[in-house]
Amino acid sequence: MVVDRSLSSRAVGFGMHAVIAVVLVTTIFPVLNILANSVSETYHIIAGSVSFFPVGFSLKHYSILFSDPMIPRSFLNSLVITLLGTAINLAFTVTMAYPLAKRRLPFRRSFTVLIVVTMFFSGGLIPRFMVVRALGMYDTYLALTVPIAISAFNLLVMRTFFKQVPEELEESAFLEGAKEITVLARIVLPLAKAGVATIALFYAVGHWNAFFDALIYLYDTRKYPVQLVLRDIVMRTEMARLSFMQDQYGRNDLLEQEAIAIQGIKYGLIAITMLPMLVLYPFIQRFFVSGVMIGSLKD
Amino acid sequence: MEHRTGATPAAVETIARAPPASAARRRQRRELWRDVRKNRALLYLIAPGVLYFLVFHYLPIYGISFAFVDYAPKYGQGVVANYLTSPWIGFEHFVAFFTGPKFFPLLRNTALLGFYSVLFEFPAAILFAVCLYEVRNTFYRKFAQTISFLPHFISTVSVVAMMVMLFSPSSGYVNWLLSRIGIEPIYFLAEPAWFRPLYVGSGIWAGIGWGAIVYLAAMFGIPASLYESAAIDGATRWQKIWRITLPSILPTIMILLILRVGSFINVGVEKILLMYSPLTYDVADVIGTYVYRRGIVKFDYSFATAVGMFNSVVNLLLLVIANYTARKVADESLW
Repeated sequence: MVVDRSLSSRAVGFGMHAVIAVVLVTTIFPVLNILANSVSETYHIIAGSVSFFPVGFSLKHYSILFSDPMIPRSFLNSLVITLLGTAINLAFTVTMAYPLAKRRLPFRRSFTVLIVVTMFFSGGLIPRFMVVRALGMYDTYLALTVPIAISAFNLLVMRTFFKQVPEELEESAFLEGAKEITVLARIVLPLAKAGVATIALFYAVGHWNAFFDALIYLYDTRKYPVQLVLRDIVMRTEMARLSFMQDQYGRNDLLEQEAIAIQGIKYGLIAITMLPMLVLYPFIQRFFVSGVMIGSLKD
Repeated sequence: MEHRTGATPAAVETIARAPPASAARRRQRRELWRDVRKNRALLYLIAPGVLYFLVFHYLPIYGISFAFVDYAPKYGQGVVANYLTSPWIGFEHFVAFFTGPKFFPLLRNTALLGFYSVLFEFPAAILFAVCLYEVRNTFYRKFAQTISFLPHFISTVSVVAMMVMLFSPSSGYVNWLLSRIGIEPIYFLAEPAWFRPLYVGSGIWAGIGWGAIVYLAAMFGIPASLYESAAIDGATRWQKIWRITLPSILPTIMILLILRVGSFINVGVEKILLMYSPLTYDVADVIGTYVYRRGIVKFDYSFATAVGMFNSVVNLLLLVIANYTARKVADESLW
């Protein structure tokens, strides 16, 4: 390629690097700020002067977090929901995507229409809530997993992976008298492993990060996933405090003191909620990128 | 009728033609039946999925009928049954919503938040993709991209929690910086004027890297020969971006814009629920959060269903309009 070295071209190049630099710094900074605060000394946390590097060093916020039974339990809850949810997702999505990938499936068009309609129109929050409740799923983890068993997007991604498996392989198996389910389990699934991994990760990250379904379907706070606990501790206390501090009657010093005492704990909680994703995402992001590319192809 | 005697010539013709036609239909049906029998294993496999869609997507669509009755828990906890047992009130809930004091503020807040998101988040991802595309150093580009994906893996709760802490008036770093230059602490999350900037800003923060993926992939599909011949013609870098890169990815931009505009009324309800408080309701309360408060918090199921239905219908209309426009203007369409 001919390289253009004019002044204007360099200015454009500089501007672009500046944009990238700004994006990277603003992406990283809040995360570092949270991590740094979570291990800083309380005094500096309250002052708000911690930027991206810890001031002082203390792990006491973490020891408080883990000594409270609520936090470890909510972590375990999130893990259970994620595993259960992903298992349900895979069972439903794989068994539906495989027939949809086959031209010989009777009523194939009707099934496709059935799915696509739901991408454009939904009954809305309340009717869905009523259905889940009527099925007796309220306050169980089934409410957080079964009603979202299949995402249309992931279904289409999985179907694309199944379509890429050469039909000849299956045909020879059929000639030897293999059953459809055997062909799926023994021949097609092993060849579509990358697809299964991709949608499993999409689903798993979704479950780990979800809070809204837990908010509306869980009544017992001991069943709360970590995201909901985080929301209760950070957002609700902060909002209550802000409302109070803006109150025309002035601030309440006692409330203020209490809120300050748990600032460090909040930082720690945000950090440990993000941590699994921060550690995993460099390894799983390529699956996401290929998945989103496949899902956005029109066919 | 076909067997009547003294038939007209036309009828005779019908009679003559009828048996083969129905035989063909019968044969077709028989073939379909054989097809179904032969591939019944596929139908067994797809059955759980179909059942899932019927129960969790179509039953709720049927459940919209709640909007036309005055449901109360005493009429039962089922889905199908209480539609039959609750008193029918027609469009009363819709009239109450449209004429109520909440209608206009909700519509305005929803439309403005959606509009500002599209206006700022959408071009931001394109801009970032163009910048990444211009980076020649592959390692640096991959590194920058990987970092920019990070927020995509962070939950909405964590994103808002980080924002709350970072912008906290007493211990947040932003206000500490402001205090250095002599500015009094700002109660960012309690201040209605700051709600929309924070909402849109956090949206850009969370979505810019992820949003750039599809554009970047489209850009790498542009043949290098286009740039080479442009360089021979003396095109500047700026001209190459405007005349080659951006026009080449226009179809991708159009498709994503349709999707975005079509769903913009649904966007961000979960984030708003986490961000807002009664202090900011004036600018932050949208149709989706109102449905949540009236339906889930206050058990006003029928009314909330009506409001939710309004949301779904507007959403569908926007999608159809956006698609129609895109087809007319740029010859691009979702269907």
